[in-house]
Amino acid sequence: MALLACRDVAFAYEGRVVVSGIQLSVDEGDYLCIVGENGSGKSTLVKGLLGLMEPCEGSIAFGDGLKQTEIGYLPQKSATQRDFPASVWEVVTSGFAARSLFLTREQRKTAEENLALLRVDDLRRRSFQELSGGQQQRVLLARALCATQKLLLLDEPVAGLDPVATKDMYEVIGDLHQNRGVTVIMISHDIAAAAKYARHILHLRHEPLFYGTAADYAQTALCRAFTGGDELV
Amino acid sequence: MFDLIGQMFQYSFMVRALVVGLMVSLCSALLGISLVLKRYSMIGDGLSHVGFGALAVAAALGLAPLAVAVPVVVASAFLLLRISERGKIKGDAAIGMISTGALAVGVMSLSLSKGVTTDINNYLFGSILAMSEGDVWLSAALAAAVLVLFGVFYRKLFAVTFDETFARATGLRAALYNTMLAILTAVTVVLGMRMMGAMLISSLILFPALTAMRFCKSFHGVTIGAAAVSITCFLLGLVTSYLYNTPTGASVVVANILAFLLFYGLERLRNGKRAAA
Repeated sequence: MALLACRDVAFAYEGRVVVSGIQLSVDEGDYLCIVGENGSGKSTLVKGLLGLMEPCEGSIAFGDGLKQTEIGYLPQKSATQRDFPASVWEVVTSGFAARSLFLTREQRKTAEENLALLRVDDLRRRSFQELSGGQQQRVLLARALCATQKLLLLDEPVAGLDPVATKDMYEVIGDLHQNRGVTVIMISHDIAAAAKYARHILHLRHEPLFYGTAADYAQTALCRAFTGGDELV
Repeated sequence: MFDLIGQMFQYSFMVRALVVGLMVSLCSALLGISLVLKRYSMIGDGLSHVGFGALAVAAALGLAPLAVAVPVVVASAFLLLRISERGKIKGDAAIGMISTGALAVGVMSLSLSKGVTTDINNYLFGSILAMSEGDVWLSAALAAAVLVLFGVFYRKLFAVTFDETFARATGLRAALYNTMLAILTAVTVVLGMRMMGAMLISSLILFPALTAMRFCKSFHGVTIGAAAVSITCFLLGLVTSYLYNTPTGASVVVANILAFLLFYGLERLRNGKRAAA
């Protein structure tokens, strides 16, 4: 039984289908990268996986004891957070907000562990808005880990980061996957990095152009066209 | 100083104004933080205009003012929230239509009913004499409800304010807490507007939060800061209005403006120093 399985899933906005024919199966310990250009339907699929949007066709099933609300989500950078007054600790512990009214001792401990895991424990009293882009992403990743330890869904985690912070972020994610056994689904348009780090690749352009292992993907004309600059036939 | 306080509160209307004013200042400051950060500021303003319309109609028909205004304003809060979330008509335009429309209805009904036409100034800009004994009890009860709900759901409100998508993805019922926020705001607006005035009550929602954000960088800090700023400014405004015989609502708002300018200046000064260092 897979953690998450999509059968012939399609999503539509006001009757207009934007993504269709999605067949997916994510097993425990997997690292799936969903790639595609802007407007190819990646963000719509994310909304669907998170349960924020109902599929117009097909079904999404969760298994192995995973509930839809147990996906650790790292959203794309939004503008509203820029001047938001919140400490790092407040942001990280908001990962628990759906579970209980007040912070339990156990939750405190988990939050501290996650901060340490992402090497941002010395920032816990700092203001979130004053951190660098890379630090903010680590804090949001710690928040996602508070919501779950099983499955992370990362929406463009390196967008807007400088090359050093980008490499660092990929390594942090890789470490969580390899050493902590966290299942990862990452949305990206950085195809080169996806082919390098991920185990499986789904290439989207309103419908799947490729779905399989990263090794097979590297052999396709599709991958070469996006990474090497060859014209797509 | 003590003489002044003793003198002020030998009038029972002053005591009532103090009680209701403190409650309303506290509630509006707390709710204001989420409203400002969620870009819902204009909803507070729209609600106060609707509240004015409802109070005026109630007065014209000889009904109990709060009993009419509270449900009407709560219903409008639902509507405004829906409009700004759906966005078929542009949110700001819709709020403008509703608030000026309510204002017109209010003025019409006040001028059609005999004997109350002189009161229009009191409705628009507030009157300290407007508080009856019953108002005080109702205000105290509703304000207590606002404070308890805010305290109990503090972390949920933070999560919904900071990142609604994440909150919904983790199973938090964001719509429920947005609605709660709108209802609490509606109640606070209605409670505060008789004393502060329909035109001025929304500044009690905006100013304390914005002032506190000048010197606090955590949500917890802003919550406490906004409450402190709001209460201090209310007390200063109340004393000023007593001493110089100025309208209470306007005096409190002016105190809030001065506090904002003070902390804005301090922030600029500090940032300038940091940039220079």
